[in-house]
Amino acid sequence: MNNFSLKRDDREPATVISLKGYLDAHTAPELEETIKSLLDEGKVKIVINLNELDYISSAGLGVFMGFIEEIRDKGGDIKLAEASDKVYRVFDLLGFPMLYEILSKEEEALKRFSEMS
Amino acid sequence: MNKITDYKLKIPSKTDNLELIRNFVAGVARKVGFKEDDVSKIELAVDEACTNVIEHAYKNEKDKDIDLAVKIDFNKLTIVITDRGKSFDMKDIKMPEMEKYLAELRVGGLGIYLMKTLMDEVDYVVRPDGKNEVRMVKFFLDQS
Repeated sequence: MNNFSLKRDDREPATVISLKGYLDAHTAPELEETIKSLLDEGKVKIVINLNELDYISSAGLGVFMGFIEEIRDKGGDIKLAEASDKVYRVFDLLGFPMLYEILSKEEEALKRFSEMS
Repeated sequence: MNKITDYKLKIPSKTDNLELIRNFVAGVARKVGFKEDDVSKIELAVDEACTNVIEHAYKNEKDKDIDLAVKIDFNKLTIVITDRGKSFDMKDIKMPEMEKYLAELRVGGLGIYLMKTLMDEVDYVVRPDGKNEVRMVKFFLDQS
C-alpha cells in the first residue's frame, strides 16, 4: 500500500516538486531521494507544492529539515506552497513558519525566487 | 457507569502499515464522535508513536508485533500501544527547546514533542512483563 506520489517539474527559476497523498515514515525516503538528486544536479531552488498532500508526519517534516542548511549554504532555498489547513497546522505546531516561507500559491513561490536572483 | 469499549489491532512493525494504523484509529475516533480536527490530532499522535516503535524499539525489523488498543469510556479515548522491543527512558528524551531547535535547524525528537502537544496525556512505561507501553489520552471535551 503506498498512497503517495510526487512529480518533479524543472521550471524557471526553480524546480517544483508536487506531493500527493500521505507523507509519513514510509513514503518520506522517496522525497528524500528526489531532493538528493536535485542537489547532485546542482539545483538548489526548490518549491514544494502541497496542494494534493493529505497528510504529513514528522518524518516528512524531517526531510525538509535535513536538507535546508546545505541548500541555503549553496544559495538556494526550499519554499512551500498551497498547504491545506490540515497540513499547515502540523507545520505551525513545529514552528515551520519561522523557518520556511509558506506561500498560498506556487506562482508566488516561484516569483519569490525570481526576486532573489 | 458506562461499559468500557475496546477496539484492538495487532499489526507487523512495518512503516508500510502506518496508513492502516492511522485509518484504524481515525475510524474509531470518528465513530465515537470526535470532530475532524481532533481525529487528525489523534491520528498523527498514533503515527508518531508507532513510527518510534518501528524505528527505535524494533530497529526497523519488520516482523515484530505492535499491539494497539483503543479504549472508550464516558469522558475519554485512551490509546495503548505495546511493543516488545528495546525500551527507553522517557526522562532521557529531552523535549526540544523550540528556540534552540529553530536556531540550529535540528532534526529529531519531533515525534514525542508532537505527541505531547496533540494529546491531553502521554505516558510511557516498561511493564513488569518487559513490554513497553505508550498510553495516550484525549478527552471528549477539550479540557484546555
